[in-house]
Amino acid sequence: MKMTPNRRHVLGGLAASVAAPAILTSGRAYAQTPTIKVGHVSPRTGPLAGFAEADDFVLEGIQAALSGGVENNGKSYNIEIISKDSQSNPNRAAEVAADLILGDEVDIMVAASTPDTTNPVSDQAEINEVPCITTDCPWQPYFFGRNGNPAEGFDFTYHFFWGLEDVIGNFLDLWGSSGAAQNIGGLFPNDADGNAWGDPELGFPKPLSEAGYTLTDPGRYQPLNDDFSNYIAAFKDAGCEIITGNMIPPDFATFWAQAAQQNFRPKVVTIGKALLFPSVIESLGDRGDGLTSEVWWSPNHPFNSSLTGDSAGDLANGYTAATGRPWTQPIGFKHALFEVVRDVVSRAADLDDPMAIVDAIKSTNMSTIVGDVNFGAGPVPNVTKTPLVAGQWQKTGDAMELVITNNAAAPNIPVGGELKLLS
Amino acid sequence: MDWISAIVQGTLLGGLYALFAAGLSLIFGVMRLVNIAHGDLIVLAAYMGLSTTVMLGIHPFVALLIVAPAMAGIGYVLQRGILNRTLGDDILPPLLVTFGLSVILQNALLEAYSADPQKMNAGVIETASVPVGGLTLGVLPLLTFAIAVAVIAGLQFIFYRTSLGRAFRATSDNSDIAQLMGLNKAHVFGMAMALALAVTAIAGILLGVRTSFDPSVGGARLIFGFEAVIIGGLGNLWGTLAGGVILGVAQTLGAKIDPGWQLLAGHIAFLVVLAVRPQGLFPRVAH
Repeated sequence: MKMTPNRRHVLGGLAASVAAPAILTSGRAYAQTPTIKVGHVSPRTGPLAGFAEADDFVLEGIQAALSGGVENNGKSYNIEIISKDSQSNPNRAAEVAADLILGDEVDIMVAASTPDTTNPVSDQAEINEVPCITTDCPWQPYFFGRNGNPAEGFDFTYHFFWGLEDVIGNFLDLWGSSGAAQNIGGLFPNDADGNAWGDPELGFPKPLSEAGYTLTDPGRYQPLNDDFSNYIAAFKDAGCEIITGNMIPPDFATFWAQAAQQNFRPKVVTIGKALLFPSVIESLGDRGDGLTSEVWWSPNHPFNSSLTGDSAGDLANGYTAATGRPWTQPIGFKHALFEVVRDVVSRAADLDDPMAIVDAIKSTNMSTIVGDVNFGAGPVPNVTKTPLVAGQWQKTGDAMELVITNNAAAPNIPVGGELKLLS
Repeated sequence: MDWISAIVQGTLLGGLYALFAAGLSLIFGVMRLVNIAHGDLIVLAAYMGLSTTVMLGIHPFVALLIVAPAMAGIGYVLQRGILNRTLGDDILPPLLVTFGLSVILQNALLEAYSADPQKMNAGVIETASVPVGGLTLGVLPLLTFAIAVAVIAGLQFIFYRTSLGRAFRATSDNSDIAQLMGLNKAHVFGMAMALALAVTAIAGILLGVRTSFDPSVGGARLIFGFEAVIIGGLGNLWGTLAGGVILGVAQTLGAKIDPGWQLLAGHIAFLVVLAVRPQGLFPRVAH
């Protein structure tokens, strides 16, 4: 059938569109199954895209698990997730968050992956008074990066992850068990993470000297550095046997190749951020064997999803089976984020009232696939911590595997092997 | 000894910058085109090298035999198909088009290869070193420097000893009169871009062996290329090598004082040259 616009169609259409608002204003109260909209911001593209590579897989699983709706006060609600890309850019993240809040009128905001995503989204949610839950960013850059005051906290925005003190504790545990000389070389870039880690008061230097370590910290380099020869010379002079820092993968690869070229062979290399993803370790070849890093989540974590009942291993294997790619640590946290959302939606006293949703978030106390999330027990208001351990990339057969070697901070997470020295 | 070591390491680093810059210098010299997408083309070459080494199981340097001609082909098509249409009296359109190209390349690479950092495995050469008079020098940086010198010498030879080079120079001097003399400007520009991207292929492979790369790292590599070109003098190829070395040495000496000064020292060297000799240290013969 061919549609040619004629006078009747046009008039009919006009009449319908004029009448539409009157007929369609039924809204939530009258609909069969009302819908709760959840806005989700994550860096799908750009330099941080690695953090969001499992988004499609995780969201599909969540949507399947929530397809039956969520019960709240004896009534079933649909949960609709609207996902937007931050392009790894904080300004863009704020823009799409505002879009989700003002355009799509979402009831709950969620975001994950580094301060560049969590902070702008949380700020937008706070200004516009929309309940917001975030994860996957150490809590100090989240809380203090947003000028949070520990005495007051925030009204609408909540965050779960670990903090710098956990990284430091785990690294000290790992180095203590290695038997290497207490001489450490520090590689901290001139970016938000590097400055936080290298900060003399709040970062690594103070706890390291308290624990009896000597830190050689030549200074802050600019990310995407092409030459580390001065660092290597300084570390050699100081006789460093342990190297630590917070680097991006290209910088670490440059440093690690130059270290070998200049005959610098430390015994333990523990780097934050750069060594999180299996793909990075694979790209280093045999030189990736034995590097150590913090572990936020692994398939061996003894936790189950409150949504699907799957264990951490099931979720990670599911990802590998669906995509043919190795598991990554953000998978668990992205899943847990929606576990919390479902829990909040089921408990809120009144889903039409943002304050009631905030109250539900505040009283969250549940077990997720990344551990317990309890906003009543955090270091500062609005923040709660998940367990952190330390591990080593070890070659088993042809593949590199992240083996948990030290768990003093979270003894319920089993150790998978012994720490091996690099040289 | 530390200072000598810093200077030597800086010189070797300069070889890498000169390789990044050689293609830019060539394109600018021939057609006054500022190619914003140059850094992303280097990354594209690195990814092509990666695909070739993975698919055929060959050494990255052998992969150059495939990647360099492929990049040259892309360059010719790119120039004749798109960039030639933007060249004219106004320098803004080509700038904007290459900027757009840079965005497109980054996202296409992200779509095709994902954001995972990749690296090419060149075997023992990556970590091998040779002792030279009390210094330990990496074989790969030495090789990079030697390749940079060879590439510049090769380009110089093409420019001043071949008929293609004569066509480049003629078109660069006055493209209208070159047209009257029977040179096809569009073709000459296409050949120049092909040559520039063949050099880019070499830079890309060396980058991919030296460190890991992902689709977004191209832009950061661009600025050193530009600075090397400006320091050395626009359009002068040996000047570009000198510019790269000056930049590299300034950076390592700055870093010797304080690592935070590494980039700053390079930029200051660049600013000083710009303030004292805006035309660069070794400008092309004035016309």
